Amino acid sequence: MPSDHPGRQRTDPSTNRTDTSTDSPSHSAGHTATETADSAGGATAGASSSARPGSTPMEPSALPPSTAVVATLARLYPFFRPAIPRFVAGMLCALGASLCALGIPQALRWAVDGPLMGAVGSSDRTGIWQAIALVLGLGVLEAGLIAARRAFILIPGTKVEASMRLALFRHLQDLPSAFHDQWPGGQLLSRSMSDLGMLRRWLSFGLVMLVVNTSTIAVGIGLMVHGGGWLGIAYLAGALPVIWFSYRFSSRFRRISRLSQDQAGDLATTVEESVHGIRVLKAFGRGREAYQNFSVQADQLRRTEMNKARTLGAFTFAITAISEVMLGLCLLAGVWLAIEGQISVGDLVAFFATAVVVAGPVEQLGHLVSMTLYAKTAVDRYFEVLDSPNTVADPEHPRRPDEVRGQVQFDGVHFSYPDEPTPDQTWRDPDRPRERPRTEVLDGIDLEIRPGETMALVGLTGSGKSTLISLVPRLFDVTAGTVRIDGVDVRDYSRHHLREIVSIAFEDSTLFSATVRENVLLGAPQGHDGEEDLQRALTVAQAQFAHALPRGVDTTIGEEGLSLSGGQRQRLALARAVAARPRVLVLDDPLSALDVATEEAVTAQLRQELAGTTTLVVAHRPSTVALADRVAVLQDGRISAVGTHTDLLATHEHYRFVISSLVDPVSAGPEDAAVPPSTRSAEVGF
Amino acid sequence: MRAVPVTPRGVTDEENSHLDRADSRLVRRRSLRLLGSLLAPLKRLFVLTVVLVVAAQAAKAAGPALIARAIDVGIPAAQDGSWGPAVLTGAVYVVTALVAGAATAGYIRLAARVSQSILLDLRQRVFRQTQRLSLEFHESYTSGRIISRQTADLDALKELLDSGITSLASGFLYMMFVGISLFLLDWQAGLVLLVAVIPVWLITRWFQKRSQVLYRISRVASARLIVNFVETMTGIRAVHAFRREDANNRTYADLTEEYRHNNARTMGLNGIYDPALQLTGNVTVAVAMAFGAFRVLDGQLEVGVLIATLLYTKRFFQPVGQMAMFYNSFQSAAAALEKISGLLEEVPTVRQAERPVPLPTASGHLRFEHVRFGYGKDSVVLPDLDLDVPAGQTVALVGQTGAGKSTVAKLVSRFYDVTGGRLLLDGVDLREVTMRDLRRAVVMVTQEAYLFSGTVRDNIALARPDADDAAIEAAARAVGAHDFITALPEGYDSDVNKRGGRVSAGQRQLISFARAFLADPAVLILDEATSSLDIPGERLVQRGLQTLLADRTAIIIAHRLSTVAIADRVLVMSEGRVVEDGAPEDLIGGTGRYAALHQAWQDSLV
Repeated sequence: MPSDHPGRQRTDPSTNRTDTSTDSPSHSAGHTATETADSAGGATAGASSSARPGSTPMEPSALPPSTAVVATLARLYPFFRPAIPRFVAGMLCALGASLCALGIPQALRWAVDGPLMGAVGSSDRTGIWQAIALVLGLGVLEAGLIAARRAFILIPGTKVEASMRLALFRHLQDLPSAFHDQWPGGQLLSRSMSDLGMLRRWLSFGLVMLVVNTSTIAVGIGLMVHGGGWLGIAYLAGALPVIWFSYRFSSRFRRISRLSQDQAGDLATTVEESVHGIRVLKAFGRGREAYQNFSVQADQLRRTEMNKARTLGAFTFAITAISEVMLGLCLLAGVWLAIEGQISVGDLVAFFATAVVVAGPVEQLGHLVSMTLYAKTAVDRYFEVLDSPNTVADPEHPRRPDEVRGQVQFDGVHFSYPDEPTPDQTWRDPDRPRERPRTEVLDGIDLEIRPGETMALVGLTGSGKSTLISLVPRLFDVTAGTVRIDGVDVRDYSRHHLREIVSIAFEDSTLFSATVRENVLLGAPQGHDGEEDLQRALTVAQAQFAHALPRGVDTTIGEEGLSLSGGQRQRLALARAVAARPRVLVLDDPLSALDVATEEAVTAQLRQELAGTTTLVVAHRPSTVALADRVAVLQDGRISAVGTHTDLLATHEHYRFVISSLVDPVSAGPEDAAVPPSTRSAEVGF
Repeated sequence: MRAVPVTPRGVTDEENSHLDRADSRLVRRRSLRLLGSLLAPLKRLFVLTVVLVVAAQAAKAAGPALIARAIDVGIPAAQDGSWGPAVLTGAVYVVTALVAGAATAGYIRLAARVSQSILLDLRQRVFRQTQRLSLEFHESYTSGRIISRQTADLDALKELLDSGITSLASGFLYMMFVGISLFLLDWQAGLVLLVAVIPVWLITRWFQKRSQVLYRISRVASARLIVNFVETMTGIRAVHAFRREDANNRTYADLTEEYRHNNARTMGLNGIYDPALQLTGNVTVAVAMAFGAFRVLDGQLEVGVLIATLLYTKRFFQPVGQMAMFYNSFQSAAAALEKISGLLEEVPTVRQAERPVPLPTASGHLRFEHVRFGYGKDSVVLPDLDLDVPAGQTVALVGQTGAGKSTVAKLVSRFYDVTGGRLLLDGVDLREVTMRDLRRAVVMVTQEAYLFSGTVRDNIALARPDADDAAIEAAARAVGAHDFITALPEGYDSDVNKRGGRVSAGQRQLISFARAFLADPAVLILDEATSSLDIPGERLVQRGLQTLLADRTAIIIAHRLSTVAIADRVLVMSEGRVVEDGAPEDLIGGTGRYAALHQAWQDSLV
């Protein structure tokens, strides 16, 4: 780990500790941006990174920077391809405009030398009108070409940006929960907005100017070498240190700009969390600490930006000074050559006139190169996400049974959370050995839920119940073993079809900014009578309060609308799961936020509703268990018993411990337990 | 919604981009005021930057003159054997080149410092403001919009600041310099230039009007895009579970297209503005040429002077592209600043009194005096609440959803202010207590236990940032969270990841309970804080609560009557009124609602 990077600023607004946490799970990206930059997009980086395991991260890149930049930008090709003709046309216009601009002084000179001088004393004014017309024509043409350049380039520039933004969004939606658990939201957002905006500006301005300026410089120096001979070559020699400086500059600048973009993403994450967690911050009065923490982070970004400006300043100084000092030396040499008679004064004038024309683009080069490098980092960051493989993908040939009975079977299911390296480690060293063995959340689950049956899943907090049920609609994939529906591995269904069969209600009920109707009918089958589904679902979930909202079921709720209480949200989430008319219903403690009376009403309705639907319900309370035909006890990552509530209550000690509030856990003796109490359950509370 | 001009408009009407003249002027002025206040402390730095820009420009402008001198004077002198002038000119050239380079490097750094200081200042102001604003505001203003203010809008300003200062200063000064030189050389040619200012002004007015609206639309469109993005990614599990990918893609594609289309329109506008200025310049050169050429023919003007005036006229328009770019990014930034200044203008509905009463050690005596409250103007949640909670009492609030239990909790923790009547803590109106003292005295734990990214330890320490590890561990032990925390891969140093990905809902609630324990307030409010706990967990919390609540005032809202059982007093609420009030044993013995509720709950237990 480099010691001089500003370190990960904890995004936890509560603590003011700004120590550099060098432990592994830090999100902060970009400590070691050099390597990222080398590996050009990260996807194919495996070989290059593993080839130098001991390399210090600050080591300058082994590849020539131009190659890496070109390689990265080449990845834009698929997005850029439709825009190429217009870009080429735009660039030609830009070059044409430059030529016109160069031509106007020539036309002036010609007019003055020719018609004007000739006409003095005579009365022939046609030549003068012609000259004026020429100047005017060139002027109009230049403006026209500039307008044409913009017209050609602006549309494709925005289209490339839009198509890339959309591709990112699609990919992000496709990626599984495991990915989203790892990536902070601000980092994704900054890629989608800032980075792509940067890219658009570069495409519609930077790229064109880079090409125009480079060609102007090349043509100019060519003319200088052609007309000035040794003088031109001497001037050209100045390019060598410039190239060296550019090389040094670009590796340094890339690292800094990567850091700044990553810090900007972290800052966005902090803002996001400070808003999402505003209630907690307010409840504990921690606004000040959150603010201080944010300030420290924002100040780090400021420092990085300052560092960037210093680097850019130094580079601009270097290239301006070198080219101008070379010109100064050429001036002396030119005077000497002119006296020696090796060069005419006219050539000397032409040489320097051209040099003045070249000076502008040379000076702008620093800015353009930095913009290009910035765009390159933006593209790197973009593809890092776009290249993340989807670990929960659709099968190549999805199975689609005609009729789904809804039998769910867990067969030797193991699961451990993908302790995959956090985003910044991915590019640091994908082959890094894992620090500790993975802890298995599920350690061989065997369970069958018969078609139409309601099965309750009971276990301690943190025993993996939510994890187990999220395997059914493939929110996560098993690490080993299989989950089958009607004998077909869930991984053999298309995700879309699978999630049509399986509907889920989460414990923390996410509602979207939409009307009650839209939220409830979110997963409802198309073609059904929506209204009927809606009413039925609202009744089952005892969510009739929706009718009393200001605009009834058409009231907008969620973040952009009316805020509802926890109990109300939970009932709508339940209604949503029911309205989907699934074959398999998965409920995660669906009644936790309901009061006793409502709970009772919901239970009665649900029991009716669930007849015929295979249901797996996570239960913490006997009242929820009452929904179920059978109960499965999840203990130490395994199903330790399956049976009816009454049987288990009589025979299973752990079950009694978990579900019964009447039994004193200490006095409950092990003699009547069907399964010996595990070490974990013996420790009270876990 | 049209606000009266004298009242602060804030973020109302934020999404309206077609403002009438007066409103448009109002928000524009507001945003310029903000820019001015941001620039004010940096005045000297700003001036210094401009000075360096001038120095760099002057040094660069000297180059061609020196070359001319070397050729005109240096060569003849050297031919006469005197190398002095040539060498001197060459040396001066090298020195000016170095000066130009150094000044350029200098102003790049200084401009960055100005720009970054402004951005930091503004970021902090926006952050502080969002923390200051009441919950009422946050419930209608989405997180995505705040994020977009803090990111995309600031990016627009950054763009202006990064290139703006230098291009404005150098371009403007250059034009002034050239313009004055032209006047001195030939005032009649200068007049031509003055006339040319008229179309420039007209075009700029046109551009300003059009672009103002488009950039406003652009800010709104970008905010919508961000809001949608944030909402989708935050709720990604539900998106997956209910197969919303395609529908979301369509919505997002529309929003992207809207944003793209508007961007294209602003760029198109700029694509007319910039060439139009260029055209004006070029036409002016031709006019100046015509004007001068005939004067030359009539013998009124020297040819040399004509050439010079033409070159000056041409040069005058050289930085026009730069200026157009500046003006364009200025328009964009101004639109962004309009939104930001609107957010900054919002006044929190719950704010600290001007002369707050310090209450360093509260005992926790709560008193509701004819408290009236409703969300918004028309609703009444609490019509008239009178209640006295002596210090140290544990009160349980029971009742149906919508009975007003949570409202009571929110009023005590001052998330909202009462609309009528008074709410007193230790005899002091809550609105008079300093925020700091109030937050120390009153802590609320809600059902949604939000965890910030960071470690478990950090999340508990949120309650008391100066707490040492022992205190944090003690708090976790007290609520029965210690065991599961130590079982995590890295114990207290485990990263909870985004949105507490790795800990279950029940465990999240335990962590949030530990926070409350660590905060050690005089008044503790638990609003459905145990809903996700399992029975053993609840049992442990219960035990912890008995110690925790022993010597403090507590308001417990729970539908689990097991939690209520530890209360000294139960209040049954219905439609904003207290309908039953008494010790739990007494109420159970009666025939009221609580007795019925308790019976139902008893029956559900096994």
